[in-house]
Amino acid sequence: MNMKKIIRHYIMENLLFTEDESVLQDSSSFLDGGIIDSTGVMEIILFIEETFGIKVDDNEMLPANLDSVDNLAAFVQRKQAQAVAA
Amino acid sequence: MMTAVPRLLQDILLSTAARYPDHIALVVDDARMSYREVTDYAFKLAHVLRASGVCRGDRVAIFMDNTWQCAASVYGVLLAGGVFVLINAQTKSDKLAFILRDSDSGILLSEQHLIRVFGPVTEQLPALRVLCTSKSKVLPDGVENLDDALADMPATLPPQSAITMDLAALIYTSGTTGFPKGVMHTHQSLLFVLDSITEYLGLSRNDRLFSALPLNFGYGLFQWLSAVRVGATLVLERSFIYPMQVFKRMNDEAVTSFASVPTIFAMMLAHDAKQPLRFPSVRMLTNAAAMLPAEFILGIRRMFPQAGLYKMYGQTECIRSAYLNPALAEIKPQSVGCAIPGTELLLLDENGKEVATGEVGTLHVRGPHLMRGYWKQPEKTAEVLVPGLLPGEFMLKSGDLFRRDADGDFYFVSRSDEIIKSRGEKVSPAEVENAIYSLPAVHEVVVAGIPDPILGEAVCAFVAAREGENLSVQQIKHICNERLENYMVPKHVLLLPELPRTINGKLSRKLIMEQCVTLLATLE
Repeated sequence: MNMKKIIRHYIMENLLFTEDESVLQDSSSFLDGGIIDSTGVMEIILFIEETFGIKVDDNEMLPANLDSVDNLAAFVQRKQAQAVAA
Repeated sequence: MMTAVPRLLQDILLSTAARYPDHIALVVDDARMSYREVTDYAFKLAHVLRASGVCRGDRVAIFMDNTWQCAASVYGVLLAGGVFVLINAQTKSDKLAFILRDSDSGILLSEQHLIRVFGPVTEQLPALRVLCTSKSKVLPDGVENLDDALADMPATLPPQSAITMDLAALIYTSGTTGFPKGVMHTHQSLLFVLDSITEYLGLSRNDRLFSALPLNFGYGLFQWLSAVRVGATLVLERSFIYPMQVFKRMNDEAVTSFASVPTIFAMMLAHDAKQPLRFPSVRMLTNAAAMLPAEFILGIRRMFPQAGLYKMYGQTECIRSAYLNPALAEIKPQSVGCAIPGTELLLLDENGKEVATGEVGTLHVRGPHLMRGYWKQPEKTAEVLVPGLLPGEFMLKSGDLFRRDADGDFYFVSRSDEIIKSRGEKVSPAEVENAIYSLPAVHEVVVAGIPDPILGEAVCAFVAAREGENLSVQQIKHICNERLENYMVPKHVLLLPELPRTINGKLSRKLIMEQCVTLLATLE
């Protein structure tokens, strides 16, 4: 499964509690969609840390990194690339 | 026209805008709105509403996030002679429809990203006019572009005819029956409590108030009303979902006042433990909506070294009842203090007699800040607005038990109803149970609050399926997510073969909690 698919699957199962693919576009803002609250963000962070072996800094907890499937996938890729480069 | 003594809630905006037109009233995201700009928007909106048929006393629903349009719309509705009904942006379609119907709102003001919620509702309510702020020119049928409507209107004060006894707001609050109740506040009650609050907090025009609390919540609304009353600036955030962004904003904007609830403090303390947080510009902290655990105070002092901590207590029915002098925060860490200026608190036993110092009694509130009652619910109103000390006077009988010390400071003991307080929000167990019962496979459900270090109480659902039916935790959370605000969705769902009953055959929260002690201990 590609990264976006994995992320989308997680969001649908754990935050939307549904299998209906049509309810979530990769570019949709979780905030605008009313999909997350503050505990939801913490859950997403735990999930990407465990699944993709990255460490999210408090300073990186920003909508630009976390507020859609697209943003999450791009963020994880950047973090993984940094880890390889380091 | 404008009077020296405000009689209508909108007078505070008119008088502040006349004195400090260029002072910044609101900072939200990238928008910085001066008092003149807020007033111009409110004037134009009032004309739009009048042209749409809004008359004195008509309800206008505002279903928006914490945006500057939402804040300014409160005054626009009032200037049109209307009664504002703020609805939490997390509200789902069914409840939105309920509130619109219950309040008889003829107009809904909303924003584009909420079409997913109000879209299905407008089909059920053909008489409702929907005006929506939108960047897009294409809106669904029956939804009008609010920005276009505003563009044609003059920024002038429309003629005013309301008096101070008229309703200004219906504030919806969770009820024990599972349906929210509209708390009726007049211009008079809101202005009175506003002046009492700004007095004990000592707010001034130099203050920069910070709030991420939703404007539909009395505590959140009063951050905005207080700012306007004294001509201060409100820095408004949509939520605490991205805390680092919020913390940065607080320091960048050099805010002087921070309105919080225990869950926010708990989260900040968790961040502070990893990476120290400091807010040197804050001179005043307020806590309301739930009791602040005494063990938080030391950490709060570290994060806010310059700030006085005001512990407060209130309820939507009178907005605010008590506050503790910040000098006593450490001396009386369990107390919520004394009655707010101009009001009185009484502790009564079942016979209506005052209890002695140190004894537990039901809190009764006396003062001009009481609601006029619950909208269209005279029986429920009569349960809480009980005869006062003078003929024709009413006192508010709160659902809470308190005791008082010899200095007259009050201590919360317990609630006398089953409402859960999670993240400082009221959650009606019946409302959550009703959502879960809508699944045909559910046989029985009981919802209760269990202690939680961050949330105060976490919502926990105990569910038994019908015989032979399949039921998953996922399905239960899904239906809750579809119907309830996020904070009401159970954190824990426990599927049990059957729910224990009392000898009389009744489901009992207490019994279930007792029998599930070991199970509950395994939850995170």
